[in-house]
Amino acid sequence: MKPFAYHRPTDLAQAAALLASTPDAAIIGGGMSLLPVLKLRLAEHAALVDLGRIDGLRNITAGNAELSIGAGARHAEVAASPEVARTIPALAALAGGIGDPHVRNRGTLGGVLANSDPAADYPAAVLALGASIHTNRRSLLADTFFRGLFTTALEPGEIITRVTFPVPLAAGYAKFRSPASRFAIVGVFVARFAEGVRVAATGAGPCVFRVRHMEEALTGSFTGQAIAGMTVAADGLNGDIHAEPSYRAHLVGVMARRAVAAALAA
Amino acid sequence: MANPTGIGAAILRKEDRRFITGRGNYVADLKRPGMTMGVFVRSPHAHAMVRGVDATAALAMPGVLAVLTGADLAADGVGGLPVGWGITGKDGLPMKEPPHPALADGKVRYVGDAVAFVVAETLELARQAAESVVVDYDVLPAAVGVLDAVRPDAPLLFDDVPGNLCCDWDMGDRAAVDAAFAGAAHVARISLTNNRLIGNPMEPRAAVAEYESSTDRTTLWTTSQFPHVVRLLMGNFVLKIPQHKLRVVAPDVGGGFGVKQFHYAEEAVLTWAARRIGRPIKWVCDRSEGFISDAHGRDHVTEAEMALDETGKFLALRVSTLANMGGYLSTFGPNIPTNLYAPLLAGVYTTPAIYCEVKCVFTNTVPVDAYRGAGRPEATFLVERLVDICAAELGMDRIAIRRRNMIPKEAYPYQTPMVVEYDSGDPVGCMDRALEVADWAGFAARKQESARRGRYRGIGISTYVEACGLAPSRLAIRMGARGGLYESATVRVHPTGDVTVLIGTHSHGQGHETTFAQIVSEKLGVPVERIDIVFGDTDKVQFGMGTYGSRSLVVGGSALSKAADKIILKGRKIAAHQLEAGLDDVVFENGVFSVVGTDRRRSFDEISLSAYVPADFPLEALEPGLEEQAYYDPVNFSYPGGAHIAEVEVDRETGSVELVAYTAVDDVGTVINPIIVAGQLHGGITQGVGQALCESAVYDEGSGQLLSGSFMDYCMPRADMMPRMEIQTHSTPCAHTDLGTKGCGEVGTIGSPAAVTNAIVDALSELGIAHIDMPASPNRIWRIMQNARLPHAAE
Repeated sequence: MKPFAYHRPTDLAQAAALLASTPDAAIIGGGMSLLPVLKLRLAEHAALVDLGRIDGLRNITAGNAELSIGAGARHAEVAASPEVARTIPALAALAGGIGDPHVRNRGTLGGVLANSDPAADYPAAVLALGASIHTNRRSLLADTFFRGLFTTALEPGEIITRVTFPVPLAAGYAKFRSPASRFAIVGVFVARFAEGVRVAATGAGPCVFRVRHMEEALTGSFTGQAIAGMTVAADGLNGDIHAEPSYRAHLVGVMARRAVAAALAA
Repeated sequence: MANPTGIGAAILRKEDRRFITGRGNYVADLKRPGMTMGVFVRSPHAHAMVRGVDATAALAMPGVLAVLTGADLAADGVGGLPVGWGITGKDGLPMKEPPHPALADGKVRYVGDAVAFVVAETLELARQAAESVVVDYDVLPAAVGVLDAVRPDAPLLFDDVPGNLCCDWDMGDRAAVDAAFAGAAHVARISLTNNRLIGNPMEPRAAVAEYESSTDRTTLWTTSQFPHVVRLLMGNFVLKIPQHKLRVVAPDVGGGFGVKQFHYAEEAVLTWAARRIGRPIKWVCDRSEGFISDAHGRDHVTEAEMALDETGKFLALRVSTLANMGGYLSTFGPNIPTNLYAPLLAGVYTTPAIYCEVKCVFTNTVPVDAYRGAGRPEATFLVERLVDICAAELGMDRIAIRRRNMIPKEAYPYQTPMVVEYDSGDPVGCMDRALEVADWAGFAARKQESARRGRYRGIGISTYVEACGLAPSRLAIRMGARGGLYESATVRVHPTGDVTVLIGTHSHGQGHETTFAQIVSEKLGVPVERIDIVFGDTDKVQFGMGTYGSRSLVVGGSALSKAADKIILKGRKIAAHQLEAGLDDVVFENGVFSVVGTDRRRSFDEISLSAYVPADFPLEALEPGLEEQAYYDPVNFSYPGGAHIAEVEVDRETGSVELVAYTAVDDVGTVINPIIVAGQLHGGITQGVGQALCESAVYDEGSGQLLSGSFMDYCMPRADMMPRMEIQTHSTPCAHTDLGTKGCGEVGTIGSPAAVTNAIVDALSELGIAHIDMPASPNRIWRIMQNARLPHAAE
């Protein structure tokens, strides 16, 4: 790891000022993605601005219709939160299945979303649930937030503060892990609302995406049979030594059916 | 009276207190006065000419002490790395043995090949300096896989090695095999790949080198399984340092698996550089660097066929293997796919004629050498997969065909057609016990139950024998070993009766500090708490060959047993003198010397004290002191064997394999400590399951880049992949080792890949699938299931 300046602001204004005034500064949440890259010397930054000391950034609150999770909430906190368990248990289960205990006790919701790793779990939930991503400047809908491989709608220096999730009637998540990294080769989140079903797949492509034909079928009938045999086109999907694109396409169908089963069992 | 810490006692490991509490002393923990840090500059290309190395920027950084290259090595007259084992080809000529410079000499031959060595005051500075070294590469096309490397138009790694062929080697009676095939009722064939593996011990390699000018002595601390051999190879062949001026220390070492059993370039470069700059230097390999610089294992492409008669009797086996050597010959590289492979092709069967040819091929990949099992897992996988295919093609039961061909217990000692003679064994007994323990008979019901849950279930067996306890020097040297393979032990009894053992093997996870103490405890009646085992320091311990090939207990333990016997003899002489009896009348039992038929006796402690207080010794006949040494060279290998049974479930939709049950019944000879044996089996089986299910070093065929170059992509087996393992032993003691031990370090890795793969093939046999290469990854299984289902779908 190359040397860098390290800042720990205690409020958002300080953080924003540091980011604005420090050239080549990066935001660090839990550091679970950034630190390995720095340690492998694949990236370097003149300064890191750590959001961990900012008050209120980890709060989790829930009403009947909406769940709000602070961007600094650790995955382990989301997994163990009674508010999350009461409103969207599938989200708690997802958080409890991210990485390993070390990662879950360091990694943050905001960090995952800002990074937009194609194999991250949270983007599937955020997109399928139609969540809103709130920053220190504005609010963004999930449908416009994820732009591509490690790319989001965030502007330089923009800080995610919290994410609000509409509470669905039912939801489920199923993922197929890479045998090596245990990241999602494919993860599918399904969420059923009064107005329809949303389905989002992570891991399969360069960026999380919605599976519209499954959404339509599941809106008609929220059962595994409704999407039996359905898959997605392999074109443009990721391929690596663990999973070729056609296998990922197949797994989107399998994981979608398992996510529906999980939602129905909940 | 059973000795509570003697042979067979299930006691906890003495060494674990320091390991579990983080008090181990590893090479990376070392700090020496004035110590500097070293970093290697490694090739990013698989094959390239090195036109120049520009270190101007690096050397301009304050605190950078040196940037050294192959040219500096050559200028100092430093030699290349030696090969410890030479083989001879079919043509009677020795293998091609091109130079292996410690730093690249004008050409790089794999991604990770070391080009320069940077020494600086701090690690951070050394890394920065290494990044600023500019190497001018002229990139060449690469020969990456063995099949590509033997093509006529393949790029050549060495100008004087045509066809990239290190050696075209064979063993066995070709004419007898051809004749048997000509008359066979049936021939079964298999084409397989034995996947390339990376050992990944928990502790990465590391070294510290130091030169003391006032005494002209050099010390190398290194993560090695055999410090004496490193001293000999590096001191004598590479750096020309007299043996008495060179000390090699391998302190606590966190896992080896063969990876630390070679003399590596980094050891020589560090030692040379420390002498050159006059400061101690430390290098600690990081994990990413380990992936591209630790020797890899396995990597065969094989065609084999078995000739059978109409009753399923094996008549002959013919094997043709391409074995990947990597970019250079590692210390034992050419020995592994030849002498440690072909002799095991008889397996536990009476196959009367066998012929095996092996082409050892250079490729633009990391050198390949021994990895836990080393040649024997490859042989076992081939034989046991082929036996299942024979059974399937003849419509025979898999157990029946094995039973029909197994060497009966009464036939031991059994001379195979492939050089080796098995001294002892009972394959049928192991198999029968395993079938019972695994409830083979009840499998059909379990398969039905799995089917109800939508899963394919399969069961597979692998019966095996291996040759270990390396080795009988006479036989090994005839096979090409360039050194002996005996072992040594010194038993030093202190005046108090406490014991220090100096042994030439090296423990890096095997529990020697406990096992060897138990042998001494059994022999001398001293509890293990009063016995320390010392190893890993050439200044303390007499010459020894180290630890690999499941040899420590078999060879080292025998040396120790013999040294302890000498102590007993010496003690009897002292007791005979003191008790005024004839030597023949003095016996030693349960820690007491006594005169037969009398109450005259001396305890072990009393005799120990007397040995160092020789008030009235007849000095011309009885020397003071109580310390004895033995060197032991076995007359034969030892041949552990056994039967492993795996049961799997396959997810019909995803292709995921779950290992749901595992049974191992192993014949490891005499068991010194059942807990340690079980631990060796657990670890070995898990590594074999890793090869079968998930581990694979994958290179990009075009560029020669290692695609599985981190734990993100190289899939290590994990605890959650393993079911509870049912481990039992069914021992027939080794006929020729002192204690009847056979070795247990590698058996798990040897028995398990075929057992697991046979189970997966069994699970998918209803789809018409006859073979699956390792690793049986979900994607591979899904692809095979898809292809198998396609014709049915079209019907």
